[in-house]
Amino acid sequence: MLRLPRFRVLSPRTYGEAAKLLDEHGAAELDRSRGTPTLRVMLVAGGTDLFPNMKRRQFAPEILVSLTHVRNAAGVQENGELVISAGTTLTALAQDPRVRERYTALAEAAEVVSTPQLRNMGTVGGNICLDTRCNWYDQSLFWRTAEGYCMKTNPEVVCRVATSSPRCLAVASADTVPALMVLGATVHFEDARGARDVRLAEFYREDGMSPSTLRSDEVLTDVTIPREDGWRSTYVKLRDRGSFDFPIAAVAAAVRWDGRAVADARVAITALASRPILIDAARAALIGTRLEDEAIAAAAEAVHKTARPMDNTSGTISQRKRASRVLTERALRSLRPA
Amino acid sequence: MTSTKELLTLHVNGEALTVAAEPHHTLLEVLREELGLTGTKHGCELGECGACTVLVDGAPVLSCLTLPVLMGDAEVTTVEGLGSGERLHPLQTAFAEEGAAQCGYCTPGMLMAAKALLDGTPRPTREQIATAISGNLCRCTGYTAIYEAIEKAALRT
Repeated sequence: MLRLPRFRVLSPRTYGEAAKLLDEHGAAELDRSRGTPTLRVMLVAGGTDLFPNMKRRQFAPEILVSLTHVRNAAGVQENGELVISAGTTLTALAQDPRVRERYTALAEAAEVVSTPQLRNMGTVGGNICLDTRCNWYDQSLFWRTAEGYCMKTNPEVVCRVATSSPRCLAVASADTVPALMVLGATVHFEDARGARDVRLAEFYREDGMSPSTLRSDEVLTDVTIPREDGWRSTYVKLRDRGSFDFPIAAVAAAVRWDGRAVADARVAITALASRPILIDAARAALIGTRLEDEAIAAAAEAVHKTARPMDNTSGTISQRKRASRVLTERALRSLRPA
Repeated sequence: MTSTKELLTLHVNGEALTVAAEPHHTLLEVLREELGLTGTKHGCELGECGACTVLVDGAPVLSCLTLPVLMGDAEVTTVEGLGSGERLHPLQTAFAEEGAAQCGYCTPGMLMAAKALLDGTPRPTREQIATAISGNLCRCTGYTAIYEAIEKAALRT
């Protein structure tokens, strides 16, 4: 048996209580100078990302604060904007008729995360906070000890993917994030002192060790998407198998039509760098066009220039780089008027 | 190491069972090691194979990544709860008839994923079957016999 390390479980009933528990147990005093540190207390929602990592001993917290029993932690509401509670499962998101109809990229992304079982367990909040991945990191403790670790867990070790890299190159892998980015999502957090909102497009940073501005003493509570009529969106993903696998290249695209011309557009990628990226140059290439082949090619070129796949997941660098162009073209073509 | 076991009441296959379990042990460990329900298999134990699939309130989930201490009153169904006494579930009969189980290791997980499908979609298409068992790896059958067994069971239920 591959067992979890020992821990205690605390099960608050509100997000406020969860934030207070994190504070009381010293989450804010986390030592970030050691990269992925020995965290004393961690949050867990669906557990589909955290528990495998704990079984591999990437994390061994003494205390887990579970969000399973937080009241009203799951559900999708519409009140001008779409409000998705962070504990909403990926299955619920993929099946929600409002999400399917008007926020299509998000439903399509949620539907291709891993497997049905994991979508029944995993939450949208967990997907937004998904740890970055790397062939040198997502391995058992036995394997990593034999190989001498990597920068992500041990900052004194070189990055094994590119030994001269000053930073960890682990790859962003959450399917729902680029979809949420092109839909203009904002994420909401609570800590023991208050709340903050962040535009999702500004939440991440190009650092595999510390891939977002999420603080260890705050709780992701909701995701909101503005109501933007007239937008059409889609998500296309490349992975090794048609199930189970994380993306090795993926593109989300959204277009708002004004008559026969593109009034606005957004394109975001994941699995092609340490953070998901909303690509402004692709937007610029599309506005005012009719999504002619030339306009799509120009947007795809902007995506291709931005994509920086490294040799740290399945597929080859050149295959994934090329896929960034092909997936962008496919996504945008599918958004042309019928 | 000192035991830190807690008393839990789990609802498994229609029975309320009180068991002493470590809070860091997964549902898979508690089912197999504390309750003796070894029908649920441990494969990768990292969420990458589906061998440990059980139903929680009717939905297929992975018992290797589920904590019993957080389950509350949720109803767990394992492969042991599929049939009734000595009478096999139609899915089990169809799997046997169609050769859908070869080494058999993935079979309990496949059966549970298939049961969840048929409970919600009594006459699934081949595509719906493929999606429903897309979280369960089988290295023997090539899946065709499994699709056929699920179709056969669907016609009998």
